[in-house]
Amino acid sequence: MADIQEIIAKLFPQAVFEEGDILTVEIPDAQWHDLAKTLRDNAELSFDFLKTIVGMDWVEKLGCIYYLTSTKYNTNIAVKVTTEDRVNPAITSIADLWHIAGMYEREVYDFFGIVFLNNPDMRRLFLSIDWKGYPLRKDYDASPETNPVPDDNERQSDFTNVYTRDADGKIECHEERIFAENDFVVNIGPQHPATHGVLRFRTAVDGETIKKIDVYMGYIHRGIEKICENLTYPQTLHFMDRLDYFSAHPYHHCLCMTIEEAAGIQISRRAQVIRVMMDELSRIASHCLFIGTFCMDLGATTMLFYALRVREQILDIMDKTCGARMTFNYECIGGVMQDLAPDFADDVRALLEIIPKNLKEYDKLFTGNVITKNRMEGVGVLGREEAISWGVTGPSGRASGWACDVRKTTPYSIYPELDFEEVIRHEGDSMARFQVRMGEIEQSAKILAQLVDNIPEGEYCVKVPKVLKLPVGHWFRTVEGCRGTFGVYLESDGTVNPYRLKLVTPSLPAAAVVDTLTRGGKIADLITIGGSLDYIVPDIDR
Amino acid sequence: MFDFSLFTNWIHSFLSSFMPEWLTITTECVLIGVALLLTYALLALFYIYFERKVCAAFQCRLGPNRVGPMGLLQSFADMFKMLIKELISLNHTDKFLFALAPYLVILASMLAFAVLPWGNGLQIIDFNIGIFFLIAVSSIGVLGILLAGWSSNNKFTLIGALRSGAQMVSYELSIGLSVLTMVCFAGSMNVGDIVNEQEHLWFIFSGHIPAIIAFIIYLIAGTAETNRGPFDLPEAESELTAGYHTEYSGIHFGFFYLAEYLNLFIVSGVATLLFFGGWMPLHFPGWDGFNAIMNYIPGIVWFIGKAIAISFIIIWFKWTFPRLRIDQMLALEWKYLLPINLFNLVLMVLIVVYGIHL
Amino acid sequence: MEVTTKSMPYEAWKDNEYIESLVKELQENGANVVVGSFDKLINWGRSNSIWPLTFATSCCGIEFVSLGAARYDMARFGWEVARSSPRQADFIMVAGTIVHRMAPVLRRLYDQLAEPKYVIACGACAVSGGPFKKSYHVVMGVDKIIPVDVYLPGCPPRPEAMIYAIMQLSRKIKVEKFFGGVNRQEKQEEFLKNHPIEGVED
Repeated sequence: MADIQEIIAKLFPQAVFEEGDILTVEIPDAQWHDLAKTLRDNAELSFDFLKTIVGMDWVEKLGCIYYLTSTKYNTNIAVKVTTEDRVNPAITSIADLWHIAGMYEREVYDFFGIVFLNNPDMRRLFLSIDWKGYPLRKDYDASPETNPVPDDNERQSDFTNVYTRDADGKIECHEERIFAENDFVVNIGPQHPATHGVLRFRTAVDGETIKKIDVYMGYIHRGIEKICENLTYPQTLHFMDRLDYFSAHPYHHCLCMTIEEAAGIQISRRAQVIRVMMDELSRIASHCLFIGTFCMDLGATTMLFYALRVREQILDIMDKTCGARMTFNYECIGGVMQDLAPDFADDVRALLEIIPKNLKEYDKLFTGNVITKNRMEGVGVLGREEAISWGVTGPSGRASGWACDVRKTTPYSIYPELDFEEVIRHEGDSMARFQVRMGEIEQSAKILAQLVDNIPEGEYCVKVPKVLKLPVGHWFRTVEGCRGTFGVYLESDGTVNPYRLKLVTPSLPAAAVVDTLTRGGKIADLITIGGSLDYIVPDIDR
Repeated sequence: MFDFSLFTNWIHSFLSSFMPEWLTITTECVLIGVALLLTYALLALFYIYFERKVCAAFQCRLGPNRVGPMGLLQSFADMFKMLIKELISLNHTDKFLFALAPYLVILASMLAFAVLPWGNGLQIIDFNIGIFFLIAVSSIGVLGILLAGWSSNNKFTLIGALRSGAQMVSYELSIGLSVLTMVCFAGSMNVGDIVNEQEHLWFIFSGHIPAIIAFIIYLIAGTAETNRGPFDLPEAESELTAGYHTEYSGIHFGFFYLAEYLNLFIVSGVATLLFFGGWMPLHFPGWDGFNAIMNYIPGIVWFIGKAIAISFIIIWFKWTFPRLRIDQMLALEWKYLLPINLFNLVLMVLIVVYGIHL
Repeated sequence: MEVTTKSMPYEAWKDNEYIESLVKELQENGANVVVGSFDKLINWGRSNSIWPLTFATSCCGIEFVSLGAARYDMARFGWEVARSSPRQADFIMVAGTIVHRMAPVLRRLYDQLAEPKYVIACGACAVSGGPFKKSYHVVMGVDKIIPVDVYLPGCPPRPEAMIYAIMQLSRKIKVEKFFGGVNRQEKQEEFLKNHPIEGVED
């Protein structure tokens, strides 16, 4: 860590360093773009993966925290850029350095009103054009009168804004067309069977060939991050079920872990094992559903029903222990809510027995089919560098040859003790994304097999104070969700409520990359690619 | 076999005994029309039920079983509802063409019914270019679909209609060629003659390899022709919501829905006629006892039974295979099926010329 | 008159007050034999063939998929013909949260449905905003935008509950009248008049 600091300090004497759990650099906006370029391109640093941009409102100033990771050295760094102007806040964009930065900057603009200079597409991301105010600012007027339920169709604009700073330092805004003037634009979504929820693609097509896709999100933006700021820590937990409802357990795990670490709570080994088992069970269930819905998108409806059979069996196991089929709210601060159901281990063993058989059946039914191969092989190829720059993590990233499994790179809980492989393929096409998930089901089953006979005795939940107050500070933790790296950024001001809770979800980059992957493909390829990226819309919109 | 022409001739002479000839013919036409419509509706309803049950069985489900005994009345309930559902009239559409399209689609399949050999003498019209007529009228359907897609003034329907235009025009070729192969073998375009030719052995058995190839190609092309999976691109649910009939509601949609199933029946009916001997029972030369037993089963049962069996295969396709992409589908036709078909036709001609068939 | 359902004991419909009030209204107005039997036939068709619109925004939608799967198999009741085009569907299962940006879209979908059309508000979010009650972007119940026939609580409701809800809808359809009387269309028009949306044609 010291040498990173040295390199930066030598090149940028203005930089202010702050040693936390990771190195944090604060830099004035004027040097920010140069620093970003150095961080990415310097061979000794090579921070090629932008994890997230956390927008912040510290009342006296607005700003962003950039979380960067080097996939080469597995090092992390955080960069803080702030501005004191609350009326016309502006920060230089880094959209030209990391592909995904453009999307994250739009999100920050949407929530905090910070304009990013030179970003080629500076529109709101989740909220509609006519939304008044920036909801995550502390002084936002949340009364329903400011923004009533619209009684009119949403205003549509064919133009996007680009903000630049002219010679005198004044910020200028000019409009640019999103599509060419005579494009045939088909609107797919928000209510469309293939978008897996309410995502909307405005697709410019030439016959059947896709020229450009403009992704619209926010049709299920529920403002979870803002609601959390007024809740106590245990209360914030249940929202984790409702983001990516298939990886409810891993998401819960992540937030619990962050809070426990901040509060210095040690949880029992039994709780650790239960959490990991639940994570892996939900990974299997989630991938099963992926197989089903993906095949249904391709037209093979029957596969959905075959895959859902396994999922139902897993849901039964969870139902017995957690008491719900989908929104479990099972992990809590200090462990888990209830002890395991008495026949949990037997049920898991029964499940492990049928999984190999089922995988074989899926292979026979679907993977070997010549139509399937034609539809999936070579469709939507995402290279390794692209995947990193777009921040596409999880199975989709691993299909492009990027070893991005958080369970391996920054192991948490009891994962270091477990024997499992990271499934990696190098083709980067839809078929690879499909097969990585098939492989991961096997690996998850392997983990479960190691744990099911060794669930240690002990208490399932340690005692935690009724009113939980976290010390002042900020924490950023990631886990491997079912769809990729899920991260929680938590900033506490010492009260019972989080000052800022930022959720970094894997589905946003997956949806953002659709445009690049589909260009030049057919309309049917959009469905294949969208299906194989496996984004969950509430997970994008939060 | 019982010859239904005895029965129909009796009706004709009975009617003409007290009516002038023009009135007799008019009455007969009306009777036939009513019978046709009834069969049409009943068959479609049966097929809807049949497909739902079959697909449920493939998917380890039960399928409709609550409305009526074993859910038999389910499709009747659906029809009742659809009949009285609102017909939404749209602005900015070509109203006349919009309303015309579903009728064209249903007309095409109804006309094709006229030449199907339901049983011995149970054919509405039996003339010397029956097969030719069949192919001609079944291509009217694509017109209806194109009109539907165009007149709806909707981008999805337009893409759906264009897809379906490309698809049907391409696959018509394969259907035509494989039918031609069999016509060449039978030596006649007359439906009655083709059936009678197969009295001793069905064409699929007597036609050697070319007949089998022709059957397989016919089955693939027929599936594509009826817009069913894996060729259901014109109405690809996951891509185009409901394809060319996205904007249709009520009974107009019902017509498209019915026509889909009726086309399925027609495709399997024609396959029955060309390859499985129409209403002819299963006969093998030399097996006299077996042949005699088979003769006890009435021809109409044979015909419908065989048609349903072939439909079952087509339904099986739909619930097993993923959908093709448009370029792959056209490549399949133009790069594979068409050359094979042409080659197959030459092979069939050689077999007929040298007389090496059974 | 009791609104019965095949192989369901009448007591299983715990809260019958609403339906019974409808039945009472139906009987008070009376109808002649021909119209009455036509009504019966029409209602038999309608109540037995309720096709859903493929519409889901979040978690509840996944439970709706489970409802179609082998274990719960809504095909038994004939509900499995999920149409993607609103013109051909009979009811919207509002499965999931509806947010401000989605509200006009939902309303438009509702307007695109062909009569007779029904709405089931499925899940806590659709009923009242649910856990997102304090959000700045969530519509507090879809009945602010479209008339709702059946409210189905739960977060998300289990598939069994969904079956129960659609059966309740089916019962409601059974006491309808084609002309006047217990006609939900009037109530619906009244609702739409009070909740106008510009730019969307009714």
